[in-house]
Amino acid sequence: MTGSSPILEMKDISKTFPGVKALTNVSLTVYPGEIHALMGENGAGKSTLMKILSGAYQADPGGEIRINGQPVTIDGPLTARHHGISIIYQELSLAPNLTVAENMLLGREHKSGPMVDRRSMEKACQTVLDRLGVHFKASTKVSELSMAERQLVEIARALIANSRILVMDEPTTSLSSRETEAMFALVRQLRAEGLAIIYISHRMAEIYELAERVSVLRDGSYVGTLVGDEISAERLVQMMVGRDLSSFYKKEHDAHQSRGRVMFAVRNMGDGVRVHDCSFELHEGEVLGIAGLVGAGRTELARLIYGADPRTSGEVFLQGKHLSIHKPEDAINSGVVYLTEDRKHLGLFLDLTVRENVNISVLNRDARPGGVLNLKAAKQRAAAAIRALSIRVAGDVVPVGSLSGGNQQKVLLSRLLETKPKVLILDEPTRGVDIGAKSEIYRLIDSLARNGVGVIVISSELPEIVGICDRVLVMREGRLEGEVGGAGHPPVTQENIITIATGVREAAE
Amino acid sequence: MTSPNETSAGLQATGVTGADAASQSLQRRLAWRSTLQALGMLPVLIILGVVFELMSGRFMSFQNLSIVMQQASINTVLAAGMTFVILTGGIDLSVGSILAAAAMVAILGSLIPEWGMLGIPAALLAGLGLGLVNGALIAFAKLPPFIVTLGSLTAVRGLARLLGGDTTQFNPQLPFAFIGNGTLFGLPWLVWIAFAVVIISWFILRRTVLGVHIYAVGGNPDAARLTGIKVWAVLLFVYAFSGLAAGLGGVMSAARLFAANGLQLGQSYELDAIAAVILGGTSFVGGIGSIWGTLIGALIIAILSNGLILVGVSDIWQFIIKGLVIIGAVALDRYRLKGSART
Repeated sequence: MTGSSPILEMKDISKTFPGVKALTNVSLTVYPGEIHALMGENGAGKSTLMKILSGAYQADPGGEIRINGQPVTIDGPLTARHHGISIIYQELSLAPNLTVAENMLLGREHKSGPMVDRRSMEKACQTVLDRLGVHFKASTKVSELSMAERQLVEIARALIANSRILVMDEPTTSLSSRETEAMFALVRQLRAEGLAIIYISHRMAEIYELAERVSVLRDGSYVGTLVGDEISAERLVQMMVGRDLSSFYKKEHDAHQSRGRVMFAVRNMGDGVRVHDCSFELHEGEVLGIAGLVGAGRTELARLIYGADPRTSGEVFLQGKHLSIHKPEDAINSGVVYLTEDRKHLGLFLDLTVRENVNISVLNRDARPGGVLNLKAAKQRAAAAIRALSIRVAGDVVPVGSLSGGNQQKVLLSRLLETKPKVLILDEPTRGVDIGAKSEIYRLIDSLARNGVGVIVISSELPEIVGICDRVLVMREGRLEGEVGGAGHPPVTQENIITIATGVREAAE
Repeated sequence: MTSPNETSAGLQATGVTGADAASQSLQRRLAWRSTLQALGMLPVLIILGVVFELMSGRFMSFQNLSIVMQQASINTVLAAGMTFVILTGGIDLSVGSILAAAAMVAILGSLIPEWGMLGIPAALLAGLGLGLVNGALIAFAKLPPFIVTLGSLTAVRGLARLLGGDTTQFNPQLPFAFIGNGTLFGLPWLVWIAFAVVIISWFILRRTVLGVHIYAVGGNPDAARLTGIKVWAVLLFVYAFSGLAAGLGGVMSAARLFAANGLQLGQSYELDAIAAVILGGTSFVGGIGSIWGTLIGALIIAILSNGLILVGVSDIWQFIIKGLVIIGAVALDRYRLKGSART
């Protein structure tokens, strides 16, 4: 990598939209065989820059793009493809009714005479798919593939076009953690094959794991690039923040009024392996964040509290009363509910209808004598939930698996809310959710807090934690390492959280 | 499940505006489609009937159809229990053996002077008890259903032989012989019983909390646990129910034959029951399926046996044709539902 010449140089790129300067003199240099992360808050200009690279937008005059040292003009998607540039967008751009091969060679179909030569297309595509080690055939219809598999098709499409520069825009948003692991392995394989990968992500953990270099944009300007050991969450956050996010994360509940009344307490919670001696208190109407790096034990702690995993120590109190929680059922019955981070595998029943998914925790409460379903109540609850959370669905007898990520999450949330919880533990509540649904979920959390519910939010997205939480506990290596936002503690800022989460503070002391 | 893309695109288009008429017609379409899916094998059933009628000229008579239903009845009862088990993603290989043991208990019970009718509850209890043992091993000891019921397939077969002293037990004065040989409103009692079991199964699966929980446990066991569903109770129930159905099957067999034989009775019945469930479109991994599909599956198997005899096909070829039809029918079904059904 070092010593080789850059495959892509973008210099002094600016872009002006009517009334807005989206990019100001931005530069980006990428080498073959590297994973180069591009970071920045929403609206920092990452997408605009990538759209210029892909030919969707034209840069203002004055800038320069060089590929392998040669100045080029990219005036449209075809030129970009000709120069070996491929972009995998967040919203996948596949035609679900076509086969994998047809999608991969869209616009470049193999022909024999006037006829499309399917066999030759499928053969060519299968070679690439085999190289990626995927388990579906080139003749499969895209509609039969999962989100993760569709992303692989996008990558295969880039490979068959002989791309040398691959831009991946938040490729893991809609993937489970297992699928994410597989995606990482693949990205590393592509790097080893000499491709240059520009990787856009909001997730610190992914950046740590994958990238050799990270470039940061802020407000349409290039802030800087970190290489190797220089990459730290602390510095990245410093480079990225500086924007006011208060409008997105509007808080209407009063964070301080009810601070005095402790409603929920956890004492010495631990499983002897991944969680050790965690104690904390939650106040009525409070939104309490639990932050930490991936693997710090946040989900494990939540599952222990909820009774989903066996614990070696620990007690839980609700309104001063000791709760004996040994299984999730006990927690739900006491008014403590948990939203899983993995809604597809641990949350929803994808083949069951929206109505059944919303009602499944309260079927017994509503049931007529003898455990007979109360269909009327179930229908009413589903209708009310669809209205209250504006779930976009035509009817409540639709299988929940057919909904978009945001709407699935709302269905899962309404299932929890139907149980009338006193304490709500939300694990990555906005993972894989579009921006509109995100702000709706934030508003929901806010209104729950206003109504006196205690909300615990676990999130890897620091801006989210800082934006919606009144107080944040920070976990590191299975322990609650510190607190921000409470009385006598530093204020809730991304820097303060990262300092505790990474153990920088300890080193400084 | 319908094709996710097709539906979600349609849903989002109509859903945003919330146009009531559009949403209602879509609801109706979805309901209609799920009905079609449940009856997926009905065309096969009808085609088989027509073919056998054309070939033999005797198939469609009331008398013959009544015989077909009677022949299907015991398998229907076993398959109903099997449907519950397979919906949770499990399997029950022991139903044939439990049927034999229960039939033996029924005959032995019927020999008690004056109290011969006790044979019926005794056989039902025997089936229920053996099913509970299966269920307990699966729900509490967390052993794989295939292994547990494979074990009880053999062990309970031995138990059935032990109960009857390894000989055939007779009772020519069987007090409940009407069950096996009598009719009610022109239809055999066996048929009424099978139909009642199907109705009860439908009610449990579609109209009770337990039913929703069975589908939930089969569809996503991890989520079921996190949702607070008593997964152990659901598993215990389905194996107990399957055992009870096998016990009832034992009563029906005993009543038909006036006898029970621990060695031969119910041999490989579990395979016919599983075939009926799978023919009915129930997913082998759990979470998807219906009791109506199972009923149709059981009828297809009975029609095949009956029709092939009427047409005069030799015993050996009956086996070969039956096996191929089962594979072909399921293959056809999968092909038809490609991209929408998950197996």
